[in-house]
Amino acid sequence: MTHLDPRRRRGARAVRLGSLTAAATALTLGLAACGAGADRESSTEESGGATETGVTEDSIKIGAHFPLTGVAAPGYSEIPTGAKAYFDYVNENGGVYDRQIEYLVEDDGYNPSNTSRVTDQLVLEDEIFAMVGGLGTPTHSAVIDFLNQEQVPDMFVSSGALAWGEDPETNPYTFSWQPDYEIEGKIIGQYIAENMPDAKVGLFLQDDDFGDDGEAGVRQYIDDQIVESVRYTSGNTDVGPQIAALQASGADLVLGFNVPSYTALSQLTAQQLGYEPDWYYSNVGSDPALVGSLLEQFSEGAVDGGGALDGVMTSEYIPGTDQPDDPWVQLWQEVWDASGEEGELTNYRIYGMSQAYAFTQALMATGPDLTRDGLVETVEEIGADLGGPPLAPFRFSADSHMGISGVRIVELQGNDTEELTPVLVTDIGDAPIEEESSGSADDAPPESGIPEEG
Amino acid sequence: MQMLSRAWRHTLVRHATLAVLGLLVAVVVLMSVDDFRNRQLTELAYMALAAGGLTLLTGINGQISLGHGAFMAIGAYTTALLLQDPETALPLPLVLLASLLVALVVGVLVGVAAARLHGPYLAGATLTLAIAVPGIARYFSTTLGGEQGLRVTSPEPPAWFLDALFFLTGTEPSNSQYYAILGWTLLVVVFFLLANLIRGRVGRRWAAVRDDEVAAELAGINLARARVSAFTVSAAVAGLAGALMAIQIRLAAPTAFELTLSLTLLTAIVLGGLGTLSGAIIGSVVLVYTARIATDVGTAQGLDSIAAAELAPLVYGTVMILVILLAPAGLVGSLLRWRAARAARGADRRTTPPAARPTDPHHPDGPADQQRRPVATTKGDQP
Repeated sequence: MTHLDPRRRRGARAVRLGSLTAAATALTLGLAACGAGADRESSTEESGGATETGVTEDSIKIGAHFPLTGVAAPGYSEIPTGAKAYFDYVNENGGVYDRQIEYLVEDDGYNPSNTSRVTDQLVLEDEIFAMVGGLGTPTHSAVIDFLNQEQVPDMFVSSGALAWGEDPETNPYTFSWQPDYEIEGKIIGQYIAENMPDAKVGLFLQDDDFGDDGEAGVRQYIDDQIVESVRYTSGNTDVGPQIAALQASGADLVLGFNVPSYTALSQLTAQQLGYEPDWYYSNVGSDPALVGSLLEQFSEGAVDGGGALDGVMTSEYIPGTDQPDDPWVQLWQEVWDASGEEGELTNYRIYGMSQAYAFTQALMATGPDLTRDGLVETVEEIGADLGGPPLAPFRFSADSHMGISGVRIVELQGNDTEELTPVLVTDIGDAPIEEESSGSADDAPPESGIPEEG
Repeated sequence: MQMLSRAWRHTLVRHATLAVLGLLVAVVVLMSVDDFRNRQLTELAYMALAAGGLTLLTGINGQISLGHGAFMAIGAYTTALLLQDPETALPLPLVLLASLLVALVVGVLVGVAAARLHGPYLAGATLTLAIAVPGIARYFSTTLGGEQGLRVTSPEPPAWFLDALFFLTGTEPSNSQYYAILGWTLLVVVFFLLANLIRGRVGRRWAAVRDDEVAAELAGINLARARVSAFTVSAAVAGLAGALMAIQIRLAAPTAFELTLSLTLLTAIVLGGLGTLSGAIIGSVVLVYTARIATDVGTAQGLDSIAAAELAPLVYGTVMILVILLAPAGLVGSLLRWRAARAARGADRRTTPPAARPTDPHHPDGPADQQRRPVATTKGDQP
């Protein structure tokens, strides 16, 4: 082959490019000829359908995203097994207005880009009627706009961030479920102000909304008692500097707004440093069974996980495994035994079942003519009076989609708890804290174990 | 006919034709599938885009990067910041361009440092990047949203686009279709540019540096400049991919850009075949679809959701091992090798010597396939 003169070569290239452009234009025009070639504005699309997406004569399809694999999976992956057991129980007993609930769970590995992907799958491909209990603050943040754009009811997000419920105008289809971190902070803050006025308080916070909201609540009551506030970044497993700072500040009561693995890490680090304050852990981070097993795992067996959290304070908002005689827990035990699944009834499974129960209540209340907007309207209308397993009522209304309104402070003793306060209810902002008076904690499940129709 | 075949041998003509055809096919396919497939294909587009950038760096220039996810993060955060207020936001093309430029600038800085490092040291340095960038986003939580990240309001498609597509196809494209078409247009345009870059003088310099540093230096190539330029281009492409990703997942959050993302990109180019752009696409296809298919099959076989979810990493690992055992040069790489070997055998039988030695990357007029020959080893990695 001979080398062309570069200039000549460029000239040839230009010619060929020209003919190529012509060819491309011709092709495009050809394609246009195949198309309608009409004006977009002049055609309108009719999308009126008689039935609602995800609902048929005999089924309701719902979905959720959970971390089933990866670092966040321990504990959290049990929630959908509980929810599934309860939906199966409802289906066994005739379903909701003769419709069977089909519950699809997708794994997002606690990674928001996966959440976005699996939500596409659930909404666009599987065409679910509603999202129920999608878990996680960063993960669910990725899909809240999409769900509201697509007008998919986004019921009972498994996270205590304020974002789900405080602004129903922007997110009319999203509803919170568990008490938010701010009211939990307020309630423990008031408890300390009243019962431990001399305590020097240190805060151990996750460095995101979880820690921020909790801190904001606590500071409303005991701003002057707080001597130190430290933050950890999830993923960084060395909390030595934070715990040492708390120790150096002389804090004798540490409030932790953190996830279970950091409860175990902070306990372990404090032991190593010989630091022995009183502890309070947010409900999210205080499951004794999970923390115990994590402690054994992190210390490679050096620390006995059983009873590791004895004497630690935390909060409760639904009856859990510590109250085997509670009628709700007895129902959950029956549901779990009936499901035939492996493993024991854990607090995470109870969480899933309680959520599934609330969703079933909402479906029953909406009636046989089920629509997405109908479900949202129903929950706004009667959500505050749903009752069910929560110790305090939901705050649902047209102006608020915040979840359970209160908690009670308890002290852990092995797998048992000792109540330190009655159930206290409040709301975000400067709403006062009051004793729960609607009797929400005392209502028992219906005979059938399934919420009544209508 | 002869003129056509002569034109076909012209790199630019060939690449341009493939690009235009590719784009037409992409638009036709995207317009005819549903929203879910469109979103899946958008994901494929940004993964392939980032993998394409990385294959240029690792496959062509021989530098390893374990931190390309960080450049995607930079692109994604730039986009998220620029789209914070939908009222005053810049037009989307400018946002994408800005994301590309910011990643490019960071790419130059990192590239300058990287040019001094080799093999495990370079791997270590880029690994740091992959871990540090999400950390930075967490640390500056007031501007960058911390753990929760920044939500991205995906801009609506412009009216002219809707009108044009309606004129062409008679249906109104949905938002998902708009982003899919945008993603594939970017993919095709960028790959067209990259392909020309790789085949041109710059690309040959990169390859020369990869193949033998001493020889390249003797030939008058400035090693550092070649390395920095490869790193820069690669980072810029990753930044663009990150911008697309932010728009697609509607969020820029640290957890989306953890080390796994960087390793996924590396896996994609190894699976597809180092150094080939088509390999980057094939590798991304395998990665995007394997997990989904495995989970679906698992569910269809009656596994519960946890077991089905756990099937995905298992299948992923198995595919990886099989490819490395059976097709060590990657899927596309091994195919090209097999074709080259068959062509060589045919040539031997005819007892004519090969027109150009396939091992000579500098031969200016060698047939296309030999130029696009994949690279099985990255010699430039050795310190």
